[in-house]
Formats: sequence, structure tokens, C-alpha cells
Amino acid sequence: MDETILEAHSLEAGEGLIPQANWFELSETLQKLRKNKKFPTIWCSGCGIGVVMGALIRAIDHLGLDNDQVALVAGIGCTARMPVYMDFNTLHTTHGRALAFATGLKIARPDMKVIAIMGDGDALAIGGNHFIHAARRNLGITALVVNNSIYGMTGGQYSPTTPLGGRATTAPYGNIEPPFPICDLAVAAGATYVARSTVYHALELDKYLAEAISRDGFSVIEAVSYCHTTYGRLNKLGTAADMMRSLKDNSIPQSALDRLTPEEKAANTKIVRGKFIDTPRPQYTQVYSNLITRVQGGEL
Amino acid sequence: MSVKLMQGNDAIGWGAIAAGCRFYAGYPITPSTEVAEILSRELPKVGGKFIQMEDEIASMAAIIGARIGGLKSMTATSGPGFSLMQENIGYAAMTEIPCVVVDVQRLGPSTGQPTAASQGDVMQARWGTHGDHPIIALSPTSVRQAFDLTVKAFDLSEKYRTPVILLADEIVGHMREPVDLPDFKTIKIFEQNVTESPATYKAFRNTEDGVPPLAPFGVGYRYHITALFHDEVGFPTQRLDEVDPWVERVNSKLEKHLDDISLFEEDIQDGARVAFLSYGASARTARHAMKVARKQGTKVDLLTLFTIWPFPEDVVEALGDRVDRIIVPEMNLGQLAYEVERMVGRKKVRRVGRANGEMVTPQMVLDAMEA
Amino acid sequence: MTVIRSDDNLEAGIADRTEVRLAGEGGQGMILAGIILAEAATIYGGQNAVQSQSYGPEARGGASKSEVVISPGEIDHPEVLLPDVVVALSQEAFKKFGSSIKPGGLLIVDADKVDSASSPKAIRLPITKMAFETTGRIITANTVALGVLVGLTGVVTRTAIEKAIIARAPRGTEEMNHKALDAGFAAAEIVTKKLP
Repeated sequence: MDETILEAHSLEAGEGLIPQANWFELSETLQKLRKNKKFPTIWCSGCGIGVVMGALIRAIDHLGLDNDQVALVAGIGCTARMPVYMDFNTLHTTHGRALAFATGLKIARPDMKVIAIMGDGDALAIGGNHFIHAARRNLGITALVVNNSIYGMTGGQYSPTTPLGGRATTAPYGNIEPPFPICDLAVAAGATYVARSTVYHALELDKYLAEAISRDGFSVIEAVSYCHTTYGRLNKLGTAADMMRSLKDNSIPQSALDRLTPEEKAANTKIVRGKFIDTPRPQYTQVYSNLITRVQGGEL
Repeated sequence: MSVKLMQGNDAIGWGAIAAGCRFYAGYPITPSTEVAEILSRELPKVGGKFIQMEDEIASMAAIIGARIGGLKSMTATSGPGFSLMQENIGYAAMTEIPCVVVDVQRLGPSTGQPTAASQGDVMQARWGTHGDHPIIALSPTSVRQAFDLTVKAFDLSEKYRTPVILLADEIVGHMREPVDLPDFKTIKIFEQNVTESPATYKAFRNTEDGVPPLAPFGVGYRYHITALFHDEVGFPTQRLDEVDPWVERVNSKLEKHLDDISLFEEDIQDGARVAFLSYGASARTARHAMKVARKQGTKVDLLTLFTIWPFPEDVVEALGDRVDRIIVPEMNLGQLAYEVERMVGRKKVRRVGRANGEMVTPQMVLDAMEA
Repeated sequence: MTVIRSDDNLEAGIADRTEVRLAGEGGQGMILAGIILAEAATIYGGQNAVQSQSYGPEARGGASKSEVVISPGEIDHPEVLLPDVVVALSQEAFKKFGSSIKPGGLLIVDADKVDSASSPKAIRLPITKMAFETTGRIITANTVALGVLVGLTGVVTRTAIEKAIIARAPRGTEEMNHKALDAGFAAAEIVTKKLP
């Protein structure tokens, strides 16, 4: 399905082989794409970000949300270009600040579903402070972090999630900084729904995204992706298809991990896919709304 | 209402409430913190919202986000925080999102002296963010004016879809004066009026007066906002036939409305060959000096600017045609004087600058008449 | 935008301004005393006033000052240029803020806190001790100081300063503050009789 979207989109924009009127009739889901957007995505062919976009659209569609009800807020980077292609209220902000803009928007419009879309550098390096504080407040935002472990748009510099030893244009001898475990960080900072999957497991992403968006509090989805154009090339990891395949081979569901012996668990180096927390606590805008009621009622 | 002794920063807070500000995000910093304190207390009473963010970058981002959600919004800070806000002030200018940024100036650079006064952010207010962009900066001279210009800041911000800087200083922010605030119900603020249907609405339309109306998110006008160069509907573009009209419209929209934006007061004495020109707390020093000079028999003109940016070029140029010398007292080493020199030439201008946390004194202004 | 001509009002805020400086340690309440004096002048006195302050970074201790400029008309330059009256309740505050005063001006210091060698021309009163003896609380020293100041200068009326103090007094401390103020006025009366 995702490939269909991307293929149709880029063909329409690039060569006009498929008439616009037709491909928008392909499915209900595609109605969430912008009809008046006339250029191909900026993503390299084979990139995993399009898969995440497909998952997001299907999740929103599955929840039956009205397009007007949804706001997508992005920072800067390859991933952050995602909202422009989708027919919601879309906000492309400054690097690292998606969650800070989203904070104002959510407080102004608590009724809206606000989804912040960020890459790993955007969310955790320049935006790391906003990430932990949005989690701490349990503000009703879904943070979708597409983790390709590199700064793609600027050409392959190491990010806070680049694996130890991984080569990048600014780590020519291999990365010496340990990476952030995004989901652990989110749980520790107070997020109330946290899950991880990969762009190979697209339907799993759909499911987790739909759940995250349906929750009231601060939810985090880590969508593990790859960048064959920079990281893959610098580390000789093969084509996009090779890297996609390695997400299949090198990931393990939490349920399977749970069945391993403690020794095996400790030795696991695979990406763990699963839901790590799903425990509600008071959501910020609701708490503030109660505060207003009490102040206005003379109680405070 | 009734006469109250009020601090400038409190008056700014009340001005925001009166102007319909319903969202404040900020980070504590001396000497602006009282603005946050009063709004944390007063906003919930009127159904508004206050949040203390993790830093000034986030504060600036949050107020833009809230305005996109439909709430009039404001932040307040001082020099170091103002520096942190600059990138997102540029964002607001680029995306034409109205918002008010209060900068209660303190002595800098860097940490400087938090409790000492300064007017050292004049140029930062104009050029602190990168790229060519329009900006409005207003500078109050009194507690009452801190209230009035805060209200005005919201008005201009909405009318011209631009960030407005309220360039206060530590003196005005912390001084107390008796004020009798007007009934807030009598205060009228420009409200956005979007008459187009979502189907034809263009948030960045190249209109005649340069200012298309702004629709908030979530009410049917689904559109894209980006600080990339964008076309009339908001999509990123690199086409010069779309970029050039944007550059032209946005950078000229304030010029087209200078009559409405430029606030100043001229105190004229026929035949004066000397003028004092100032703003903010220093304008009071200039006025004090003017009275002394006139009493001593020297004719003096006084020009007090309340709108610093856009700089009132024509007014200053006309003043330069009337007098031989313009003395510019300010609590920096000549930032606004640069602009005056640009209009009337260096020979006519005497800078009376101070950048040590102390006010310029009336005597320093009077001495500059002789020097 | 606005053109005005204020030739006929050259005295306002220039010749008729009274400049008062109140200095002490942070925590002695001298900034509050300045605010109260300004409220007495404006809300309860029908005059104009500007109050400003400066203090160090410490929340307590250090030297702080509060300035009040009072005038029947408009006040331009908002800070004290050369004070008519200085009150200093600590040695450090006196050293930092008490050195300059208008010729013929009035300097009032706490006799137990500011050494006599450095302030030979001052009116020396044991303000903090008076506060403690009158109310049992040294925190009322700022109120005593206001009584002395107003009693000696008449910069605002006694009624105005009383109203301003009572309006600011936390509930239940009105009588205590009244006593402190009266003590200040009484001391001022004694000083006035002794003055040539």
C-alpha cells in the first residue's frame, strides 16, 4: 500500500503517467493526501519516511478523525517535510522546536489531535529539552520520531542515535558517542504511551500510531528507519532494500524477547519492537482547564 | 477604575489582559519576571492560559503555536532570553503570525547586570533575526504608557500580521507611578476577519494592502505554514515568480501604513536650533533637560519616539532640516543615534550614550549642547 | 503624530520636585517604605510621584535603596538626581547610597547601625531599637523611619502616610504599625525642638 502511494504520487507529479483524478480515487486513505500539492516528495527513492507517512494516514483514517481536527507539527529535516503532503492543519516549524510550537497549539486548541513529527536529530539533539519537558507535563501530543540514526538532509552527520562505531561525515573514524534509547528516555521523562516498530513492519506501525493518537496524554512512537543514501553508503550497508531487510532480520518483538532466558535477553542486540508503557495520568490541558474552573469559581 | 501605584511590568501584564491576550509562555528572567507573575495569576481568571516553558526558545515557539490555534499571545523576557528568541521571531515574521514579545532591557552584553537598566537591544530588536524582514518595536516612557503601548502592540500585531516588540527598559519596567487604567471593555482591538471560504482562502495572498487575513487552525481552513519561502497558499517554493512578490509584499507592508504605526510626540519651540531626540526612560531625561534649557532661555525642540521600528525616517529628516544639532541620549553607546545620523548626517548628531547600567542625566544632555 | 508646546509648564517636575532616598539592608523593608511613601503622595496625597529601586542579587542582605521623587505636577527624569532627603538604616547602605545629598538636605541614619565618624552631619536616631521597644518587632523599623521622615519634612501629610501604611499593613498588624509610625513622629518632634 505504501509503495502504491509513493509510486502514484511521484509518477503523478513527475511524469503525469497516472491522471490525478484517478489515483486519488484509489482509496479512502489517499484522500488524506493533498490534492493541490503538485510536486514529488523530497525523499530519496527507497526512503523509509514514506512508509511512516502511509502508516500515519492509515492510523488517522482508522480512527475516523476529521481532517480539520488534526494538526501535524514538524521541525526541520527529511522527516519534518512529511506534513506538507497531507491534507490536515500542517505546521512546518524551526529545527528542534516542533514540540514547543505544538505545546502552544495544543493548549490553545485542546480539542485538536496534535501530532509532532520529528527525526532523531530534530527530536533528541536540538529538541531534546522540549522532548523531555513535553513528556514531563504529559501534554496531549503524539510525538512521532522517525529514527534513521543520522542527519540525512545535511548529508550524513552523526546524530544522538547513531550507533557506536557507525561512520558519518562528522565521524569519519566511527562514532564515539553512545546513542540515546529513545523509548527508555520517553518513559523515564513521563510519557504515558511509548511504542517502537520499524518501517519494515508497516502494519504494526499503523496499530501503534492509532493507539498513540487515541490516548489523551503524551505519546511517543519511535519508527525505526534507515538512510541508505548517507549512513548506508558510509557504512557499506547496501541498498534501501538491503537495509529494509535488515530491519526484518535484526528486530525482535517484545513478546519474543520475553520468552528468552535472562542471559539471552542480556545478549540481545536486536531492535525491540513493542509497547513499553500505556499508563494514563492527568493530561496537562485537562489539568489546566480544571484550574481555570476552580480559579473562576473562587475556589483557588 | 481608580488610581493605583503600579509597576511598569504590572501595567504590561494588565495591558495584555485588556488587549485580549489569552496565552502567555515565558521563562523567568530579571527584570521582566513580574510580567509572567501577574499573568500566571490573572490569565486563568479570564479563561486564558499561562505556561512556564523550559527556555525562551520554547516560549517563543509556544506563543506562535498558540496564536496559530487562535489565541492572542505574548511572551516577556530580557536581553539574554531575547537573544534566544530571535530565530523564532524570524519565524513569526516569515509566516506572518501575530505575537507580542516584551523585552525589558537590561545591561548587556551577555549576563551583563540583570538589575541594571539599558536600552542596548534597539538594534537586536530590528536585526536580531537573520534575513530581511519587517518588525515593529514600541518603547514606553511611563507606567501608563507601558499599558497603552502593550494594547497597541497587540493591535498592530494583528492588523499587520507581524511580531511586535515592546521594547521596555528596566527603569520603566520596575518604576512605580500612579495610574488610572481605563475600563477594559472600552478597549477595541483589531480582530481578524476572514470572509473567504476555505476553498478559495489563501493565507499568504498578495493583497493590495499587503496584509491578508489570518485564519486559525482547526476551523476548516486547512493549510500549510512553513518558514521556507512559500507561495500564496503556504507551500514551499523556490520559484522566483513566487518568491519575489512575497519579498516585496512582506517587506513593504509596514511602510504602507506608517501613519498608523509611527507613534511619536514633538514638543516644538519656534526658532530652535537644537533638538533632543529620545525614547523609553531616556526620553524623560531629555524632557527634563529640555525644560531646564528652555528656562535658561535656550530654544529647544524635543522629539520623543514611541515607535522605534520602523524608524520614522521622514520625521527625523524634517527635524534635521529645522535644527543644527540633534542630541540623542540613550542607555547604550549610540544605537538609535546611528539611525538619526543616517537621516541627518553625522555632523548634526551628538550621542549621549551610557552603557554602565546608569541613566543618562539631564546635565549630560545639557552639556552636549555646548560640546 | 502629536505636536505639543509645553513652554508654559517649565517648572513642573524641575523646581518643585522633592527627592527622597531610602537605603538599608535587603530585608529591612526600605523598598516597601518607598512604595508606601509614593502611595501616600499619590493615592492619599493628590500629588505625583515616581518610585524606583535598586538592589543587589541577594534576596536578603546586601544594600538596597528605594527612591521616591514627589512633585505636584509631572515628573520627567524618574530617578533621584541629588536627594533632598536620605534615610540610611545600615552602614553598608549609608556608604553606598548616603554620600551625596543636596546642600541643606536632610540625612537621617540609624544611630546604632551607622558609625558617627562617617556621618557627622546626620540626624542620628536609634530607629531599629525604637521599633523593637515600641512593637517588639524590628521589622517595623521601616515604619518608624517613615514617621521620622514625614515628621521632619512634611513631604506628605501625616494623614496620608497613616492611610498608606494601614492600607499596606497585613491584617492584624494595623495597630502595631500605627504605634511604630507614632514613635517615629514623636522622635521627629523632639529633634525639631532641638534643631536651631
